Amino acid sequence: MSRPYLVVSELSISYGNISAVRKVSFRVDEGEIVTLIGANGAGKSSILRALSGLIPFSGTVMFRGTDLGNMPPDRIVALGVAHVPEGRGIFGNLSVLENLRLATWQRKDGDGVRRDLDRVLALFPRLNERKEQPGGTLSGGEQQMLALGRAMMSRGNLLLLDEPSMGLAPVLVRDIFRVLRELNGEGTTILLVEQNAHMALQTASRGYVLETGRIVLTGTGRELDADPRVKEAYLGK
Amino acid sequence: MELKKIHSHLAGIAASRRMLPVLLVGGFFLSLALPRLDWVDSYVQLIIMYIGINVILSASLNLVNGYMGEFSVGHAGFMAIGAYTASVLTVSVFPPGAAGLFFPLAVAAGGAAAGAVGLVVAFPSFKTRGDYLAIVTLAFGMIVKSIIENIEWVGGPRGFIGMEKLTTLPWVFVWTVFSLWVIRNLVYSRYGRGILSIREDEIASDLMGVNTREIKVIAFVISSFFAGIAGGLFAHLLQFINPRCFDILKSTDILIMVYLGGIGSIGGSILGAGIYTVLLEVLRPMGIWRMVIMPLMLVLLMIYRPYGIMGLREFRWFVPGVDLEGLHRPDKKGKSKTDALAG
Repeated sequence: MSRPYLVVSELSISYGNISAVRKVSFRVDEGEIVTLIGANGAGKSSILRALSGLIPFSGTVMFRGTDLGNMPPDRIVALGVAHVPEGRGIFGNLSVLENLRLATWQRKDGDGVRRDLDRVLALFPRLNERKEQPGGTLSGGEQQMLALGRAMMSRGNLLLLDEPSMGLAPVLVRDIFRVLRELNGEGTTILLVEQNAHMALQTASRGYVLETGRIVLTGTGRELDADPRVKEAYLGK
Repeated sequence: MELKKIHSHLAGIAASRRMLPVLLVGGFFLSLALPRLDWVDSYVQLIIMYIGINVILSASLNLVNGYMGEFSVGHAGFMAIGAYTASVLTVSVFPPGAAGLFFPLAVAAGGAAAGAVGLVVAFPSFKTRGDYLAIVTLAFGMIVKSIIENIEWVGGPRGFIGMEKLTTLPWVFVWTVFSLWVIRNLVYSRYGRGILSIREDEIASDLMGVNTREIKVIAFVISSFFAGIAGGLFAHLLQFINPRCFDILKSTDILIMVYLGGIGSIGGSILGAGIYTVLLEVLRPMGIWRMVIMPLMLVLLMIYRPYGIMGLREFRWFVPGVDLEGLHRPDKKGKSKTDALAG
């Protein structure tokens, strides 16, 4: 195995007296797609929010040898972590281009930004057609594409994705996952949080199953997808 | 075909923007000439100066309320700090004979003092926003007023007098242009985009790598700096200030100008300040009814134009060329075009 990429040990998160995540440990290796699956309230989104510095946590998170504890979000972004939040976080009154440009807020390389912009607009032709339109007028699928585009513009090396399939038609979900595999093929490591466990496990190399703030199962995507316990607990039947 | 039309439109804007220096120099000379010529009486000149001061106030408040999407209701507090600082300087500190010479310095010092206090208000904004931050700024305005009321050597509740009438039409013109220039350039800078992103979605803004704390400090400090400038000009126009000049009603006036003109728009701030100031004067003969008609007009405006006259839109003239064409520059030709526009 290469040098540790993302190592999370004994991560705990609480909101006031309510503990949302209890001593969760997992790791993500460079180039992997790893998924965290679990029902509502299992603590998946909280873990992603802690990783990108939005909420305080206890335990240690090491990303490429840097301790992310107590680090503000903008510095974590600078390290190469791009977080696409639940609900996508589109800037509704700003145009598609302005949305993409905001993701390059910390970047100083104008030429690189322009190249990346061309790449994003080529990958998502719909965004190119609507680049002058306010982000809030896009459809759900287009907004998800815009959110992914922004993550690409920020040159994220580790992509944290929170429910990219939420509220999207199955055709669009397939499109999104196709793009995720493409990005992964280009070297982006992905940590994917999903309720659509089947789709996530088919895409991911490894997965962790969360239940009320604890990891209860782990294995390769294929194993977990076939595991009856996962099916029972999270897919129904 | 359509692209050609857009380009000719842009070229038109670029050409009109080249008129800017001419307009500014012309405007400055007009502001010098007006008091000397007999075109308009001193009452109209006074109203024009009030409009200028109100434009500074509404544009600076728009930065925080319109562009950044916070709700500050203590703008008059910053104005008070600027007004008292500048007045104390011209009356007690600077040599009496040369007060006119030191006037710009006094106004700038008033702005600086207000800006420094703005820093203090920026810190609560890290943790709170929306209604709760509004309460913080409301309390701030009250604190400033009661502190001044309790400082005897600036007259306490009786007020402060002794300022010469140093605020003149040319000075108002220069300070108004300066504040609009700074705010416009800030809004269309990288920091300005950060300010907008906080309004749209602060969490997403954090996740884009925007240093939201730095941005909030910059926005609050610049906003209060210009409120202080406006306060200094106001004090040396009225030649009398007391804490009641800067109470919640004054803050409300500024809020009305911002939301009347439209949030997130410099053109809106100019329109809002101009229309509100002029309307108040035009309606003055109506006496007490003025305070019925005016709010009624505001209610109607909010029903029919909920975002104000210019809400979230801007006169094309204020928008830099790069933004007119978007970030995407298809070829070298497009690039040279945007550069010409930006210049």
